[in-house]
Amino acid sequence: MRRLAAIGAMLALAACPAALASGQPRASQADLEGEIMCPVCSTTLDQSDSPIARNMKADIARRIAAGESKQEIKDALVAEFGQQILAAPPAKGFNLLAWLLPFGALFGGALVLGLLAWRWSRNREPSPPAARLSPALERRVDEELARFDEG
Amino acid sequence: MRALKLAGQIASVALVAALLGLLVWKVVQNDRTNVASSFAKNHKTKPVDFDLKRLGRPGSLKLSAFKGKVVVVNFWASWCEPCKSEAPRFQAAYKRYGDRVAFIGVDTADYSSDAGRFLDRYGVTYPNVRDPDRSVLGKYGGLPIPRTFVISPQWQVTGYIFGEARAADLESAIQKALAA
Repeated sequence: MRRLAAIGAMLALAACPAALASGQPRASQADLEGEIMCPVCSTTLDQSDSPIARNMKADIARRIAAGESKQEIKDALVAEFGQQILAAPPAKGFNLLAWLLPFGALFGGALVLGLLAWRWSRNREPSPPAARLSPALERRVDEELARFDEG
Repeated sequence: MRALKLAGQIASVALVAALLGLLVWKVVQNDRTNVASSFAKNHKTKPVDFDLKRLGRPGSLKLSAFKGKVVVVNFWASWCEPCKSEAPRFQAAYKRYGDRVAFIGVDTADYSSDAGRFLDRYGVTYPNVRDPDRSVLGKYGGLPIPRTFVISPQWQVTGYIFGEARAADLESAIQKALAA
């Protein structure tokens, strides 16, 4: 029985996908279909039912079953269809701009907004000082208040 | 402070104008380099040269290497239904015209393995190249396919068939190029 278990374990190891052996995460069909473009319809694979998209989905499924990692599958598709098959450009070289620009724009926008708010708060007219009452008027107000309290 | 504000406004208007200019330039440029639309407007249209990897064999093929001959360029893919119907017609014409007419198939947005099977299935023996990212197809009008262009020995596009090429249309386009 122990020998049978050992043989089973060895067989499982032999069949173990290269992806697991290399420590890379297993690819998921849904993930890849959302990250790969259909080459003829300008949408990701998951939103397309064109013949080539169907072929590609089947190819991805085959590669996942064969144990290829997500990166290996992406590399194979790029080799077949070119870099623009990727929905998001790789974050290196000139493509890095596509990743950095949105953050730059966000930061720039926040900076401009902050600057405008700062200027707006500085330009506000100071409120005029409260007008002082003349002593006679002040005495009269006191008298009126006292009478009001008594009443 | 007022000068700064004015400078900011001028810079904003200049930026918007520049972006608009870029858009117009891009549209005009696209129209000029698109062989199909240029031909459809009765402009004298020169083919856009390409140098693409051969399908099913090593090396590449440059369109301009065929200058001085009639050339038929057919954009196709294994997943394209009309391409299946027209493929035997191209092969028959290739056999019929021999050395007088060069045929080049451009397989686009396709698996090379599927494309290879397609050629085997339809018995296609003329040279085929791969345009996997559609960069060349884009210069010839883009999707949908099939599209077929016939080029005269004077290196002008003299025939264009959009969609499935019927035998009679292909024949008349080739004859027109041969007579040019």
